Parts: sequence; C-alpha cells; structure tokens
Amino acid sequence: MCLAIPGQIVDFSPEQPLLAKVDVGGVKRNINVGLLEDNEVGVGDWVLIHVGFALSKISEDGAREQLRMLEAMGENELAIEEVRGYSFGERAPSAHEAT
Amino acid sequence: MKYVDEFRDPKLIRNVAQELGREVDPAYHYRIMEVCGGHTHAIYRHGLQDLLPPNIELVHGPGCPVCVLPMGRVDDGLSIADHPDVILTCFGDMMRVPGTRGTPLELKARGADIRMVYSPLDALRLAQSNPKKHVCFFAIGFETTAPSTALTILRAAELGVRNFSVFCNHVTIVPAIRAILDSPDMRLDGFVGPGHVSTVSGCRPYEFIPRVYGKPVVVSGFEPLDILESVLMIVRQLRAGEAKVENQYHRIVPWDGNKAALAAIAQVFELRAFFEWRGLGFITQSALKINGAHAQWDAEVQFEIPGVRVTDPKAAQCGEVLKGVLKPPECKLFGQECNPEHPIGALMVSSEGACAAYYRYVHHAQPVRG
Repeated sequence: MCLAIPGQIVDFSPEQPLLAKVDVGGVKRNINVGLLEDNEVGVGDWVLIHVGFALSKISEDGAREQLRMLEAMGENELAIEEVRGYSFGERAPSAHEAT
Repeated sequence: MKYVDEFRDPKLIRNVAQELGREVDPAYHYRIMEVCGGHTHAIYRHGLQDLLPPNIELVHGPGCPVCVLPMGRVDDGLSIADHPDVILTCFGDMMRVPGTRGTPLELKARGADIRMVYSPLDALRLAQSNPKKHVCFFAIGFETTAPSTALTILRAAELGVRNFSVFCNHVTIVPAIRAILDSPDMRLDGFVGPGHVSTVSGCRPYEFIPRVYGKPVVVSGFEPLDILESVLMIVRQLRAGEAKVENQYHRIVPWDGNKAALAAIAQVFELRAFFEWRGLGFITQSALKINGAHAQWDAEVQFEIPGVRVTDPKAAQCGEVLKGVLKPPECKLFGQECNPEHPIGALMVSSEGACAAYYRYVHHAQPVRG
C-alpha cells in the first residue's frame, strides 16, 4: 500500500507539463509530478513514485537504496507490476476501454 | 554510494545489535512501537526481533491503511457499487478486504462492476472513457496517499469531469498515535516513526510526543540496519533521560515534509470531526473529508451512504492486535479460521498487516534473513 518506487525521469510530455515519463527497471510509464515544487525536477533526476505520483526527488544513491530495499522486502516485482499498471498518461482515453 | 554498501553488511548489523546490547538497562523491559505497517513487514521478514536484546519488545502499530478501516466503512464503500451504471475502483490491497457481504473481489465475481486501479488518476481516466457511467474511487491511505487523491480531484475539476467521485477514507497518523498514548492499557517507551508518511508530513507533527508525553520518536528507514539503528537511537535517548524527535531517514525524509503535497491536501480536504478506526474506535479529527468547494466529486455527497457500524467478527481480535495489546498468534482465529487464503480481518490481507507478515515469515516459514 505504501509502496514507494524509485524511477528516473527520461522525458516530459509536451502537452502536459505535469506528466513525466519515468523508467523503472526498464518499464517506462508516465507519472504525475504535480506534487513536487515548481521546476524541481528535470530529465535524469530520480524520484520516489507512489500511486502514479512523484512524491519526492531523491538522489541516485537514494534511488539505488530504495530499489534494493524493495528487493529485500520481496516487493520489486509488485513495484514493476504497479508501474506497468499506470495507464492514465499513455494515450488518449477511448470508448473501447469501456469493458 | 558508501552508505548503500554499508547497509548490506551483516557485520554492521551485528555491530549495531551488539551496541544495543551494551546500551540497554538489563533490568528494564522496553516496549517500542513501530507505527508503520511497512516497518512491521520488514521486522518479521528479516527476523529483527531476534537480533534485539530480549528485553526490547517491538509493539506493532496502526500504520496499515486497509487494516484500520472498520468493516462498516468497507460496506459503505461497496454499497456505491450497487447503484446502476457505477464503476467502483480501488487499490489492489482493498480488493481482498472483507465486508459483511464479502470482499470487493467476491462482489465483482457476483456481477458488481468493481475494478482495481494502481493510481487514482487511472480511475479518473476510466471516467473520461466511460462518459455514460459514474466512476467512484474508494480512496484509502495515510498522508502518503492523500495528496495523490487531492491532485486527482483537482485534475477532475480542471478537466470538468463530472461523472467521477471519491469515497474518501484518508486518515492521519498523529491522532491515532495520540489515542494509543492516551489508552490506559498501553505502556510504551518510544516510537519508530513512519518513513513514507513523513516524506509528506515531515517530522514536526511528532514533536508533541516528546513534549507532552515525554517519549522519543525516531523517523526510520526500512532496511534492517535502519530499523535497528532507530531502536538504538531511542534506547540512547531513554538512557540519557531525553525525549526528542530524530530523523534517521533524513536521506529521504525532509524535516519539513513536502510543502506542495501538504498544500494539495489543504486545498481539497478538511478534517472530519471524528472517524472510526478498527480497534481504536472513534478518534476526533483523525480523518479527511472532501471540502465543500469540491463536493461535486465527493461520493458521500453524490450517493446516499448507509453509514452502518459493523462490529468485527466476534472471535476476531483485530482491534487488540492493532493497538499492540496482543501479538498476532495470540488471537484465537490466527492461522486457523483466519489465514491469508481466507482472511477474516484486514490485518491478514495487507502485506503491511501484522497478522499477514507474522503468518508468512514466522508461523508458516523460516524467517528470511536479509
């Protein structure tokens, strides 16, 4: 529930400045960076991700440590599954998703 | 990189454990509460209790969002799925939490449209792609999660999405700690403070604990060494006759928290006069509700919520375990009627629940050493 997942920002959405593409263990998804102070993060920065939002900017060392902590807790697969599950920033909503 | 390597060193863990052995007063029985369910999970997974001197007892706290939600609230949330043309969404943890009529997963199997999401923004997106349906998000969580719900509601307002609402069950940790401190059957010497909650709230909200109650608080990371070090810091404070808030997890937790996240909470939510917690009962000003300005997205305004109170199954002692009065195996149902396959109480559902962690790492398997 309180899973906090480290990810590296690789891109920002040109249309939505609060959407940033992150890389979490090779999985790339969009997350929302609206909970960070203005201009706090840029491409290459590491953030701690919780339920689709960047919760804080962290150092690269901090990110590695968080990754290892997830591994030690047996939660790294859960974390990847969660990030893979974020669908809000992937493409325009369409009606055929209704099922 | 240096400290990262240090944390992996079992020798360092032994050193801290030995240091603890030297610092403790052997004639005193220490009771230290780890507030956060993530810490409880780590403690069982790594068998940390066994590394501590025998007179230090770790007491598991209420920091598990699905565990503290009373069954009546689960029923209230699930009642929203009874309405036609409603899609109820919730996090995976919630899907297996039993209500009176069954878990969300079981209700889904019986035809209710209940879907798991990984982010509240996914629920909002579902509303956008299903304009003829109403999508309700069953929101749970402490300060870690509340800002994400707040921002999702602000986004719904910005986009003008009107077929979306939030059934808000966000709770705040400080009133629960205060309730435990005021509880007459509870003697505690100090607290291992929550990690990720504090990335949002910072460390200041805990300052009343040393000031009013004279107990140390150490905000802690989740690695075995973090937790042992935090316990050592608490023992040292006690030995020196001190009580203060310390931040062991300063590499992740800023002392003042995340101001933008706190502002989002303040913009969308207000404090409820009181809220019921499983095991702890009604606690004043311990939960958030959506404020009047955002009532359009408040499921409690948009739907008639029965507001039922349901007592826990009689034999289940979730409340006592949540308060730290009982250890998981001391509950009569533990491992028998209540197990991870067929959980009766929420503490057996979430990986942050003390019962699930105990069942997995102590009762059912050899402790895993990290």
